[in-house]
Amino acid sequence: MKPPPFDYHAPVSVAEAVEVLAEAGAHGKVLAGGQSLIPMLNMRLAAPAHLVDINRVAGLGEISAGPDGVRVGALARHSQVERSPDACGTLPLLRQALKLVAHPVIRNRGTVVGSLVHADPSAELPAVLALLGGSVRLASRGGEREVAAADFFTGPLESATRPGELAVSAFFPAWPGGTAFVEVARRHGDFAMAGVAAAVRLDDDLRVAEARVACISVGPAPVVVDLTAACGNRPVASMDWRAVVSAVQERIEPEADIHATAEYRRHLTGVLVERAVRAAADA
Amino acid sequence: MHDITLVVNGVPREVRVPARRLLSDCLRHDLGLTGTHVGCEHGVCGACTVLLDGEPIRSCLTFAVTVSGREITTVEGLGADGPSPVQRAFAECHGLQCGFCTPGFLCTTTAFLRDNPAPTDEEVLEGISGNLCRCTGYQNIIKSVHRAAELLAEESS
Repeated sequence: MKPPPFDYHAPVSVAEAVEVLAEAGAHGKVLAGGQSLIPMLNMRLAAPAHLVDINRVAGLGEISAGPDGVRVGALARHSQVERSPDACGTLPLLRQALKLVAHPVIRNRGTVVGSLVHADPSAELPAVLALLGGSVRLASRGGEREVAAADFFTGPLESATRPGELAVSAFFPAWPGGTAFVEVARRHGDFAMAGVAAAVRLDDDLRVAEARVACISVGPAPVVVDLTAACGNRPVASMDWRAVVSAVQERIEPEADIHATAEYRRHLTGVLVERAVRAAADA
Repeated sequence: MHDITLVVNGVPREVRVPARRLLSDCLRHDLGLTGTHVGCEHGVCGACTVLLDGEPIRSCLTFAVTVSGREITTVEGLGADGPSPVQRAFAECHGLQCGFCTPGFLCTTTAFLRDNPAPTDEEVLEGISGNLCRCTGYQNIIKSVHRAAELLAEESS
């Protein structure tokens, strides 16, 4: 349970970091919080030849919130975002999701951007980014590019980040309505067997004007479903939940593993969709 | 190999380590501080929890080189003049059986009560949820956390 050897690099600027990453190419790996990467190294599931530790890179820890959304720098820890009144005031979904990420001690080290790049299909933050239609900013020797969430999560543990690129920040757009994140895990803090993030906007008559969900652990990447049509512009109290739930269930592709059967995940997702949409409408 | 300096329990310690040296192993093997226990080595059990600049972290999920120059507090550093209030509470309430998980619980609880001096039952559960006790002595550990909050309040009044 010890990490394999690697060449260690500790750049102090983004320019230096992308230079090292460009040299390392496909053999390079970025270390930020390390709460997913180091377990993978300890279990010898990953063995990068070059580890680029960005913890000393200046200017990556910023969290900036404005009326249009929240931008989170690559070294902002989960716990810092969770405790940021500005970030969570603009976007309560961030705190709703972060409370479900592992345990408080893990959140002291783990980073929001790191979780996005890790792209675990069971992770909460990729679902938040996908639900809101956010984006990730990638820096490389050649400059920067902003990749939309819809193009960023390409598969299980796979993102659009190319060799030589460093994710420097992520942008989470504000949502003009209520949000919620609910999930079911075997134990508190474990990866969820199923989970649903919901964003709902009501009109002046408290009917659902817009609704969408992002589901985790039921596909290779977060599954975003627009439920506006299925909700049928009704108030939550008279919603046809069977239609809403089946609109989601026909889109997800759950797989069986040691924790749950595919059918159980499908069932859980259905239950959680109703709970999440109700909670988001109440929020 | 990398020459690093860690300020461990207030004392600057210089040590030469390979980059892949986990902080947990650096503390135990290089610095001889075996109070920090290593359980699962992938971040699940919480036995290796130490304080980094006062914040609890998993020392098995941190490279020693990454935290060079920073302050580390291990269980050995919690009580400067005898056991700390948190340590006394765990002893008083039988918050330990075999003791393997205890250093992690003590570090986690110390930081938790600093941030939340009068926690509810639910907050205590959430606060220590990342630490496992395989003796399953959780009821007394929860009592210990509440008792530690009382002792800390008495001391500061």
